[in-house]
Amino acid sequence: MTIQFNDETFRDDYSFRNSEWAIKRFPFPFHEDSYMYSVNMEQHRGGPAGSVYEKRFDVDEHYLAEMKDRALVLDQDPLRCQSLPHMTLAGWDLLELIMECKSEDYPDLFELHRNGNTWRWVNKPMGIDDTFTFLDETTLPYGPMEYITRQAQGDFAVLDQRDDMLWMDAGMITTQADWSLDFDIGMNFFEWHAPVPLAHEKGIFIRALKFLLNIQQGAPARRLNWTMTVNPLLDTSPENYHKWGIQKTELSPENIGHKQHLRVELQTFYRLPRSNALVFPIRCYLCNFQDMMTMPKWGRRLHRVIRDLPDELATYKGFIDNKPMMLDYLSQFDDGQPTSPGIWPDQETEPPLQK
Amino acid sequence: MSGAEKIKVKVTEITPINELVTRFRFTQINGELLPTFSGGAHTVVEMDDGGITRLNPYSLMSDPYDQSSYTISVRRDDEGRGGSLFMHNNVTVGDEMTISYPVNLFSLDLRADKHLFIAGGIGITPFLAQIKQLERFNGNWELHYACRSEALGSYVNVLTDRHPNETHIYYDDQSQAINLVNLLDGQPLGTHVYVCGPKGMINWVRKTAEDAGWPRDNIHYEEFLAPQPGKPFEVKLATSNKVIQVGEHESLLEAMEREGVDAPYLCRGGACGQCETHVIGYDGQFIHRDHWLDDDEHASGEKIMPCVSRFEGKTLVLDR
Amino acid sequence: MAKFEFPPSILSRPVWGRLEARSGKSHLMIADAEGAEAILDIATPELMENTHIIYIPKGANHADKLRALAPAQFYEGPSYDASVQRIRRVLSGAHMGLQVYLTGTESLMGQAMRETSTAGIPHSAVQTEHRGSVARRMQCVHCKGITEDVELDPFVCSHCGLNLFVRDHYSRRHAAYQGVCVDAEDHGNIPEPKGIYE
Repeated sequence: MTIQFNDETFRDDYSFRNSEWAIKRFPFPFHEDSYMYSVNMEQHRGGPAGSVYEKRFDVDEHYLAEMKDRALVLDQDPLRCQSLPHMTLAGWDLLELIMECKSEDYPDLFELHRNGNTWRWVNKPMGIDDTFTFLDETTLPYGPMEYITRQAQGDFAVLDQRDDMLWMDAGMITTQADWSLDFDIGMNFFEWHAPVPLAHEKGIFIRALKFLLNIQQGAPARRLNWTMTVNPLLDTSPENYHKWGIQKTELSPENIGHKQHLRVELQTFYRLPRSNALVFPIRCYLCNFQDMMTMPKWGRRLHRVIRDLPDELATYKGFIDNKPMMLDYLSQFDDGQPTSPGIWPDQETEPPLQK
Repeated sequence: MSGAEKIKVKVTEITPINELVTRFRFTQINGELLPTFSGGAHTVVEMDDGGITRLNPYSLMSDPYDQSSYTISVRRDDEGRGGSLFMHNNVTVGDEMTISYPVNLFSLDLRADKHLFIAGGIGITPFLAQIKQLERFNGNWELHYACRSEALGSYVNVLTDRHPNETHIYYDDQSQAINLVNLLDGQPLGTHVYVCGPKGMINWVRKTAEDAGWPRDNIHYEEFLAPQPGKPFEVKLATSNKVIQVGEHESLLEAMEREGVDAPYLCRGGACGQCETHVIGYDGQFIHRDHWLDDDEHASGEKIMPCVSRFEGKTLVLDR
Repeated sequence: MAKFEFPPSILSRPVWGRLEARSGKSHLMIADAEGAEAILDIATPELMENTHIIYIPKGANHADKLRALAPAQFYEGPSYDASVQRIRRVLSGAHMGLQVYLTGTESLMGQAMRETSTAGIPHSAVQTEHRGSVARRMQCVHCKGITEDVELDPFVCSHCGLNLFVRDHYSRRHAAYQGVCVDAEDHGNIPEPKGIYE
C-alpha cells in the first residue's frame, strides 16, 4: 500500500493524530490483563500483514513528521547524537542494515544501488538522492550513524560488545523515555539500567544481558516496552524535563482522553556484522486513550493493568500522580468481560462494551 | 532452535598448505553473496560422517569484506574423533555442505591503540582475518607467530611478504622463542594482546601478562577445544524423560542431539557458555574440559558443558 | 580519620575500594587532601622506588609526609586543573603494566580515572580509595554545566540557576553525578536542602 504521510507536530500545537489504520496496528503492549517485568524476547522475523512486526524497520504515516521533529531536536541539542571514536564501523554496519532492509521492504519508497563501494541511496519521501563511498566518512554530510538515523524512525542505541558485556558507546536518541544519551554514553548494560526499580532484584537484567550477548548475525530479536506521556510529545528527554514536566499537571477529567498517551517502544536487536556490535532500535508509537478505547479488548485490559500495577512502577514511569484520574477514565471501558490472550485487538471476536 | 543461522555452501577449492593443514573455500550454493563478518569470527561446519553428524568450529581466515567466498584451514588431527580427518579425507571440490553464520567470540577491541597478536601453529587463522580488517583502516598491529618448523609454517610466506615490518616468525626446531616478558614490557598504554594457539601457549601468555600488571580486559584469547573421546557413559535427561548413552567417540551434546533433545549451542568448543546445563544429581566424577565455568563451578557438581565435558561413574541426571 | 561508609545504592554508583600495593614496574598515585593518608598506609620503600606521586593538598597538610616517603617522583599541584596536563604527559609516556592508584575525593578520583581510561587503562584495573569530603561533582542534565563540591540536596546549578536534586546515577565519562530539576512539575516548590547522606 502507499502510505499517506501526515503533516503534523509533536510539540507546541500537538497536531499529531493516528488514522484508523494506525490505531488498528498500534502495538498494544499487554498480552494479558496484568503487567510485570519479564525478559519478553522473541525472534524478529516478520508478523501479521500490516502489523508493526511485518517489516524489519516499520515505516508509517508519521515518518516525515518524526524526521522533522528529530531535525529540530538536533538543531537545538547536537549532543542527542553521539558516537565514541571506535564506533564508526558499527555506524557503517547500521547504515548498511537500514538501507538494505528499507529498500527491500519498501521498494516504492527507498532504493539502494551498489556498485562496489560506490552506493546510491534514494529516499523518495524525504527527497534524498545521494551517492557516496561506503566506509568513507568524507563522502557523507554526517557520520554514517547520524546520516541514516536522520532518515529512520525511532531511537538507536549502538552497543559495543566486550568482555561479556554490552557498552552504550553510540546512539541517536531524540524520542527517549526520559534518559540521557549524553550522560549514559560509555556505560555498561547494568549501569545505564541502574535507575530502573524492581527489575534488578528479579534478575531481569542478568537474564536479558545473557540473551542479548548471544544474538547472532541473521537472527534479530524484539520485545515491547511502554510508558505514559501527556500530550504526543516525542522528546521526553531529561535535558528538557524542566520545560515539559509541567505538562503532566495539565491533565483533567475533560481532556484526559485525548491528552494522555500510551507510549510503546518496539525494541529490536540486531548483531552488526563488521563491528560485532549490537544495535538496539527503539521505535516509539503513541496512542491516546480515547483512540485506544475504540478497541473494546484494549479498554478492558488497560484498566486492569493500570489498576494492578505496583506503585514503584507507576512512579518510575512518571504517572503515579495521575494514576487515580486515569483509572476513573479507564473504568468506564471495563465491563468485567474476559479478554482474549495476546496483544492483537481481535475486533471481530471480542464483544463490544456491555455498559 | 540451536546454533546460529545456517548457510548452504559448495566447496569450490581445496588447497593443501603443508603436510598437516588444508584450506577449504566455500561459496553460497544459491550464488548470493555471503554475509560480511568481523575478524576473529568462526563458522560451525556440519559433517555427515557415516551417520554421525559432526559440528566443528573453524575460524574464518578470509578477508571479512570479501563476500564472494569464505576460507577456513583445517589441521589434521590423527588422534582426534575424526572431524578434521573427515574434512581431509572425505570432502572434495563440488561437495555441498552446511555451515553456520559467522559467530565471533574473539573480536578485536576496537578501542585499542595497538593490537599485539600472538599465534601458535594453526592458531594463526583468526589473525589472518583480523589483519585484513585492520589493514583496511590502517590499524596498528604486530604479529608474533610461533611454528614448529619452516615446513609447517602455514601462511608464513604470505605474511612476511605482505607485512614484513609487522610479522615476526619463530621456529621451534631452530630454537627460536618469543621473548614474551620483553615484548609485553615495551608496549604503550592502550595495547591489547590476543593469543590463539595451544592451551599451554594461551596459559603462558595470560599468566605472563597478568604478572606484568596487564589489565585482564586487555588480554584476549581463543582456544576451541575439540571434544575428546572417553569411556562411554549413561545420562538421564530429566526434562525430556530419556535415558541416553554417550558413546566413546561422541560428545554428550552430540548424544543429546542424536536422541532429538534440543540443546542450545554456539561454539561447541567449551568457550561460549550456551550449552551450560544444570546437574540435578550424580554419583561419580566429572571430566570438565571447558573454559566457560570457573574452578568453583567445576568443583560444585552443579553444572556441566556438554559440548566438551564428560562423566565417569554410576549415575548422572541433567536438567534437559 | 574514619572512613565514610557509603550507603548501598544503584549499580551505576561507583564503588570505591581500598588501596593495596601491587607488583609492577611502575606506579602512578594521584591523591587529593586526605587521600594522602591512604598512600601513607600502603607505602613501602620498595614500592616508592618506582612510584610517581601527584598530590593536590586542597588545604590539607600532608605534602611533607608524602615527600618524606621519597618516591621516585613527587609533584604537589595547587589544583586538579593545574595538574591535569602533567597527568596526561605521564600517561602518554607510560607502558602497559603501569599500576594506577587514585585516592581522596570522588571528584579527584573520577576526573583522574577519566584520564587513565582515555589513555587505555580500563576503569576496572584502576585502584581507588575514598578519603575525606563526601561532596559530589554534579552535572546539570539540562545545561550540562558542572557544579563542584555539592554537599546539599537540592542545590542550585552554578551555571543555569535551576534547582536540581542529587541523583546517585553516575557517569564515568563526565566524572559526575546527575542533577535533575526538582520543581519541573511544581514550579517554585523547592524542598528544604539537607545533607546528601542525611
